[in-house]
Formats: sequence, C-alpha cells, structure tokens
Amino acid sequence: MTGLRPDLQIIAENVTPGARVLDIGCGDGALMAALRDTRQVRARGLELDPANVSAAVARGLSVIQGDADTDLADYPSDSVDYAILSQTLQTTRAPHLVLEQLLRIGRQAFVSFPNFAHWRIRLSLATQGRMPVTRLLPESWYDTPNIHHVSIEDFRDLIAARGWTCDGAWFLSGGKPTSRGMANLLAEHAVFLLRR
Amino acid sequence: MASASAPLSDERFGLDRRITLLGPLPLDCGAALAPVQIAYETYGTLNADKSNAILICHALTGDQYVASTHPITGKPGWWQRLVGEGKPVDPSREFIICANVIGSCMGSSGPATVNPATGEPWGMDFPVLSIADMVRAQALLLDYLGIPVLSAVIGGSMGGMQAISWPVLYPDRVRAALVIASTARHSAQNIAFHEVGRQAIMADPRWRKGAYYADGDVPASGLAVARMAAHITYLSEAGLTEKFGRRLQDKSGKDCSGSSFGFDADFQIQSYLRHQGISFVDRFDANSYLYITRAMDYFDLAEPHDGVLAKAFMGTRTRFCLISFDTDWLYPTAESRRIVHALNAAGAEVSFVELSSPFGHDAFLLECPEMNRIVDGFLRAGANA
Repeated sequence: MTGLRPDLQIIAENVTPGARVLDIGCGDGALMAALRDTRQVRARGLELDPANVSAAVARGLSVIQGDADTDLADYPSDSVDYAILSQTLQTTRAPHLVLEQLLRIGRQAFVSFPNFAHWRIRLSLATQGRMPVTRLLPESWYDTPNIHHVSIEDFRDLIAARGWTCDGAWFLSGGKPTSRGMANLLAEHAVFLLRR
Repeated sequence: MASASAPLSDERFGLDRRITLLGPLPLDCGAALAPVQIAYETYGTLNADKSNAILICHALTGDQYVASTHPITGKPGWWQRLVGEGKPVDPSREFIICANVIGSCMGSSGPATVNPATGEPWGMDFPVLSIADMVRAQALLLDYLGIPVLSAVIGGSMGGMQAISWPVLYPDRVRAALVIASTARHSAQNIAFHEVGRQAIMADPRWRKGAYYADGDVPASGLAVARMAAHITYLSEAGLTEKFGRRLQDKSGKDCSGSSFGFDADFQIQSYLRHQGISFVDRFDANSYLYITRAMDYFDLAEPHDGVLAKAFMGTRTRFCLISFDTDWLYPTAESRRIVHALNAAGAEVSFVELSSPFGHDAFLLECPEMNRIVDGFLRAGANA
C-alpha cells in the first residue's frame, strides 16, 4: 500500500480485512482500490467531483456522485463496518450532522482532517495577521473549499459533547506519525476512529 | 482471441438474424403473443462457458443495427462509438447481442407483422405492450441462443428502462446493468410529449385507425410531426442556440432581413426539424411509434412493488452503473438519482455519475470519451470479479 496519502495509509492499515466500507469523499478511489486489492474490502464511495467519480469507476470501483451534506441520508443504518471521511469534514456545510450520518451508516467511522491549531498555522496567523496558507491548506480564504476549520481539541470537544466513543487516534506531522502529547500543537493531521 | 467456442457456422449467430419463436409470450396486458418474431444481430464469439454475453437494448426509434450499417438509411450503427473493435464493448472480447424490441418495425413482432389469426398485418389489433414484455421477449431470445446469464445489459433512454428492468425481472440472469440517460418511470411531462406525438399520428387522415398497410399510403405527415416534437426533447436549449440560434436558412429572394413574412422554413431550426421528421418516416412505422411510446408511458418500475422502488431491487446481486447528462431534461439527473437512492437502500453495488455535455438527452449517442471510460471500467471490473 505504498503511494497512499499518510492519513489514508493509517486508515488502510487499521481496517479489518474483508470489511464493508463506505468512503465518503473518496476522490479518485485510491484508498478504496488499496483496500480492495490488499484487504479484500468491499468498498463503496461517495464523491462530489464528477471527474474523480469517473476515474474511480474506471478503475472498477463502485462510486456514486453525490454530496456528503445531502446524500448520506439515503444510506441504510449499520450498512457498513466502516464509514470513512478523509480530509472532507472541513469542507462540509454541517460537519456535526455529517458525522452523525457516518456513525449511523457505519458501525465505526474513520475521520481524518487537517489540524487548524498546528503551530505553523498559529504562528502564521499570529505574526502575519492573515488567514494561513500552508502546505496542507494551500488555498486562499476566498476560494478555499475548507469552510469549517477545526483543531484536534475542537474535535475532541465535539466527541465528548455528542457522547461518541473514540476507539483510536493517530497524529501526523510531515507525513510521519507524531506523539499524542501536545498533538494539538504539533500534529498537522489527525485520524480518529469513532463509534456511537 | 480464438478460444473454445460455439462454431462460427452456428446459424443463430451473426448479422441480420431473424427467428420465429413459438411462444406464447404472456404479456402484461393479459394477452399472449405467439409466435414471437425477433430480429437481432450478434457480434463476437460466445465463449465456452457462455460467460461473455452482453445485451444492448435500443431506444424508442432504435433497432438491432447497433454496430453495423443500417439497411434503410445506410448509416453506421447507432452506437459504434461504444460498440466495436477497440471500444468499451468489444466483439473481440465479448459476445454482443442487440435485438429489435417487440412492437417495433425492423423485423420483430409488431403492428406491421402478420397476425396469424387473420393472415393480415396486426395494425391496432396488436396487443398493447410494456417495457417488461420487451425484456421477456429478449429473455426468450437468450434461451434460444443458449445464454443462461448475461455478463452485462446496457441501454440508453428506453434501452435504459429495459436494462434497469432486467435485474428486477431476471435477478439470476444478469451480473451487471448499465443504465444511461434513463429513468425508472415516465413523468407526466414525458407522457405529455408522447401524447402530442400520438395525436399527431392519429390526426393524420391517412392513419385510418392503423389500417394503412394494404395500400402503403402511410400517415407520413403525422409521424413526421411526432418525430419533430420528440426530437426537441432530445436536445438542449443551449445546444439548439449554439447550433442554430436565430439564424436564417436562406436570404435569397427574401426581403433584406431574410424573412419571408410567410410560413416557409425561414429559420435553420425549422428546416432542421422538418428534415428530421421527413427522414424518419422512411425508416419507421407510425403504429410502432404508437405502441412503443405507450409502453414507455406505462413504465413505472416501482408500481408492482407497492410504489417503493427500493423493493424492486431487494436482494439483488447485480452490479449497477448509472450515467446521466447535465443538460438532459427528458430524463434528468434527478431520475437517475432516484434509482441510485433506491439501489443504495436495497444495499446494491452501484455507481453513478452525471456527465457534462451540451447535447441534452442525445448526448448518450454522441462522442463522449468520459462515458466510454466509465463503461470500460465498469465492464472490466465485472470481468475481474
């Protein structure tokens, strides 16, 4: 499973072989293809961008063009072992409702997102006084699809407030695992495994 | 690829085949059709385990000449962009079947064929058909060809109605269904446009309640108008504007603005539509047009399942792929999404994408590399399974 984005790599390594998976915001299907080819996973995908959907279907994957904000309601409850939302949460209109849907459809949910409280972002905002433009968040404030920035602590607060269970958490910096301590300051990226 | 296969000399396989099956074929209207004539073509070779058969379903005015020259118009096959050597549906790999639907006029049983009870053409005595009846006739043909299970069924528009019906009617006989620019039911607007077409035919004095075969004096004007009205629904406003705008046909002999101040075909769109209408009557039977549009109007896949579309697909093991086009207002994306939602609710394996095209409903018949890429990927995924 080389060549996968680091957060997807973590998800791929932690999905039980043979599981049923719904990848929401699956892009061109890179994770789904890896899961299918190496873990015999029955994967389905939801993706907004038609070019990405075409690319995924062309590699033999089952992907539906749709919007996480509106189309998840159509999926039956408990229909997959894992619902996966990688680097998509911060682009949704109502992230808390999308997460509710994830945890309804999947017995567990993987959620990965860029951490807006990473020190580089804090420093950028503190010293320059402008919305940070970083490697992980390369767009300007006016054209970014990331409309709901979130930090690791914010996310933990939401988990607690909603009464969800956290079955696992992984943190990444520069594509490499980083420690749990001070993750909100040091991790560029977080992957959570949640359960209702 | 040369492999163990049915002998090439098998008379069932090849171009321009016709078979009369004994039937009877029970129809949704309560009547039964016997015998059942089916005109069809096959391309490629059926492999030894009979696992490479793909059925292509044609649209309202389509026919079995999916990838070979049309005998009347001399035009190339209607889906040669998708079907052929090096194309996503490739006869070097697959055994491809395309049959003229019953009710049509290219050799399969329809109002123009002979009613065995009278020895005369059926005319309006031909039983009213449904999309499911067309599919059941295709299943009869597969029995005759010795094909137990289809690797895939593919169709656009009315062909898509058949393709989406196949796994519902024959859950064990089709492994994948590809449904393009189609719908699971006819809307009020769809029925309304068809009614305009049918009324145009029936208002033509030469229609004579469908009994025009004896003297061959066909209701050409009515059928041409029906085709003109329908043709508008196959295009998009943007496409029409781009192709014709308000451009005039010919400025000679007119006033300086180019207008005749009469009712000639001043505008290019007028002469285009008139041409579409006139050329259509050479290759299509007016009564067939009545019967097939009626079958489409009656189509509602959910209706036999308490109106719940998901119930139609419950327990299905068929893989599905749906494609819609953003400018198609005849069978808009919302109709494909409705099918996708139902398939999701039924836990089916389904892909869906809305492609962008300026050409409206007709886009599925036109050059579309993106569509070809998806069809290829979807079919290959099944081959690997």
